[in-house]
Amino acid sequence: MARFVVTRLALALAVALAVSIIAFLLLRLSGDVATALAGEGAQQADIEAVRKIYGLERPVIVQYGEWLWRVMRGDFGTSLYFKTDVASLVLSKLPTTLVLGLSSLVFSLLIAIPLGIIAALYRNSLIDRLALGLAVIGQALPNFFFALLLIMVFSITLRWLPVSGSGTWKHFVMPTIALGYYAAPAFMRLIRAGMIEVLSADYVRTARAKGLPARLVIFKHALRNAIVPVVALTAVQLGFLLGGSVVIETIFALDGLGYLAYQSIANKDFPVMQVVVLLLSLVYVGLTLMADIANAWLDPRIRVA
Amino acid sequence: MVWQGRWMMAGKWIAGFVLVLGILALGVFAAPLPASAGKADNSIRFAYDQAPENVDPYFNNVRIGVIIGQHVWDTLIYRDPQTNEYKGQLAESWKQIDDRTYEFTLRQGVTFHNGDEFDADDVVYTLNFVSKPENKVVTQTNVSWIDKAEKIDKYRVRVTTKKVFPAAVEYFAGPIVIHPHAYYEKVGPKGQNEKPVGSGPFKVTAYSPGKSITLERNPAYFKASPKAQAKINRIDIRFIPDRQTQLAEILSDGLDFIMSVPKDQADQLQAVPTLQVVSGETMRIVFMQMNILDNTPAPALRDERVRRAINHAIDREAMVKNIVGAGSRALATICFPTQVGCTDEGAARYAYDPAKAKALLAEAGFANGLDLDIVAYRERNQTEAIIGYLKAVGIRTNLRFLQYAALRDVITSGKAMLTHQTWGSFSVNDTSASTPNYFAFRAEDITRDEQVRDLLNKGDNSVDLATRREAYKGALKIIADKAYAVPLYSLPVYYAAAAALDFKAYPDELPRFWEMRYK
Repeated sequence: MARFVVTRLALALAVALAVSIIAFLLLRLSGDVATALAGEGAQQADIEAVRKIYGLERPVIVQYGEWLWRVMRGDFGTSLYFKTDVASLVLSKLPTTLVLGLSSLVFSLLIAIPLGIIAALYRNSLIDRLALGLAVIGQALPNFFFALLLIMVFSITLRWLPVSGSGTWKHFVMPTIALGYYAAPAFMRLIRAGMIEVLSADYVRTARAKGLPARLVIFKHALRNAIVPVVALTAVQLGFLLGGSVVIETIFALDGLGYLAYQSIANKDFPVMQVVVLLLSLVYVGLTLMADIANAWLDPRIRVA
Repeated sequence: MVWQGRWMMAGKWIAGFVLVLGILALGVFAAPLPASAGKADNSIRFAYDQAPENVDPYFNNVRIGVIIGQHVWDTLIYRDPQTNEYKGQLAESWKQIDDRTYEFTLRQGVTFHNGDEFDADDVVYTLNFVSKPENKVVTQTNVSWIDKAEKIDKYRVRVTTKKVFPAAVEYFAGPIVIHPHAYYEKVGPKGQNEKPVGSGPFKVTAYSPGKSITLERNPAYFKASPKAQAKINRIDIRFIPDRQTQLAEILSDGLDFIMSVPKDQADQLQAVPTLQVVSGETMRIVFMQMNILDNTPAPALRDERVRRAINHAIDREAMVKNIVGAGSRALATICFPTQVGCTDEGAARYAYDPAKAKALLAEAGFANGLDLDIVAYRERNQTEAIIGYLKAVGIRTNLRFLQYAALRDVITSGKAMLTHQTWGSFSVNDTSASTPNYFAFRAEDITRDEQVRDLLNKGDNSVDLATRREAYKGALKIIADKAYAVPLYSLPVYYAAAAALDFKAYPDELPRFWEMRYK
């Protein structure tokens, strides 16, 4: 088990490193950083001055190496755009993204679990088809489009919810639904499949034979077992929700990590972008790693693989 | 069957749970949002799509930075946007001592938002600070011409420019704001960003970088200022990156003012009774460059007939009317018409004439057409219209739509063929801020005509207005006659605002909140 954990940990770090290298290179490929920083209309001399100030004239590999070395010592640098410490900038945006990520996760579980159970109970019935339809729509509908639909209905027409910002809990309702709905189908399908399998298992038949109420059989005996793979998926989906909030935060002007990522890409603020990408990839990799370890702990066969 | 019935009961139980959740949620949200601001409390809720990196006007290069700068700070001189006449703001008067020296007599009794009294030390400190390259001012173009500022006495200052710089007054009336010296010395640009202090008609009362900034009316604003005393109590500026979201906000009464609304959306907003849509011309000009350098990847462009054909191929008037929109006008030279020295007098004009364009191409040996790349970075719908016009005369183009920095790389490295460019002159109302950028052998000059360069330099470096006008006119005429570029049109900006708000749009894209009021 220890060997498995160490191998997975090394792999996770390698993935995070690879992601940061790719992000670094991609940002350089989309145009000269000094020109972008100097802004539209800057003279060549201004651009050269900016290039020198930020050490951008050196080879990319040297710049990356220096960045990595400083990060390893805990120095995340200064934002080229906001001119403030990157670590505190990123930390200040983290709570909004965490609130959004967690509330979306809760929302998607709240709709996925009941729907998954109902779909399994009424397998191949109209209800099952409806639930399946909802799942297909959830995965097929781009979340930015769904977000705009929500805004049209709840803000413009009904005037129930504010369009954008993060001042009150009401500001988080539509972003949560837009982001969470997208993650729900995967949970729902997993619960449906798990429930169908479990409901035909011997111990459920025994429970029924004992004359237990259906509610007890479903929640205490069946769901408990059907939900095990969902726990692993939850970890991965949370990583996806945290990373996938770029579009949603931008649409709803939520001042979180996703919006910061969007701004740093637009402004070629590579110290910030590098840290955001590194952080999100570490979160994603970390959660996946935890899921792997949890699975291996639950199922010894995985450890050998 | 019994079990099926039991499953159904459980299913109903779950369905009931979902229903209760839904009803609870609806109950909470069903109360409509209160109309919390806007006309009710005499404030304006304004959104912009970009956040400034630093509120200090010398340390950002975005339009919202200019807007905040002009409300929170003051400049020595003020240009009346209606008459283009210069008036004293922090300076009571000024005079030009020689080609490179200006002397300002400052206004007395002006105070900054922190109570500090304004005097010569503030001007001297600010100008000397921003003009030093080691202080890393972001908008170098705005300050690199200043040599030094010296105090004569408490209310008199002398400013020297590095070389003859006729547009100096325009800069003193635009980006050169004055900081309170004691405070600025203590906190620097970083502190000025965190807790901005100026002398302008509004003061910053709350600021959350990247998110929002609140400006409140400065009740102690000096009466003699050419900027009016503000009538609006508060401006809540939010940074909302997505234009659709801004639109939704203004439609749901979450905002009172937005700008740079795309034309198609502005057309739709016009139908909303609670809103007004106003369009105004801006100083941003749109044009096409053609690479005729020795190493051009498109040698065909070195043939004047091909360049004239391209000029004849595009229907500027139709583009203005159908795509660009109200407030725009077609241009015949590469500068904005109100800029000092800008004229199209005597310059060749190329009417829309596709037949003539085809004939010119045939004459140049391209009867079967020609393949060219075009690079662009904004207003893609306009680029596509240009591509359509070129195709109609046989010029097949390959569009490379890039980020601004990448576009500039392509141009300055000489790899561009055709460009679809725009230029806003930093709202500086002088030709030295526009034409020379593309024709005086600077990095983005891909024509490099020595005669044009010499004339532009003469215009830039002469003090006598008639000499300047004559020089610019000569340069603009050559550029047009030799068809070095394709002047297209000026860009308008669309504003959408609450119908009750009284405001006027100006070509410098600067909403003047100190003038606005609710009807």
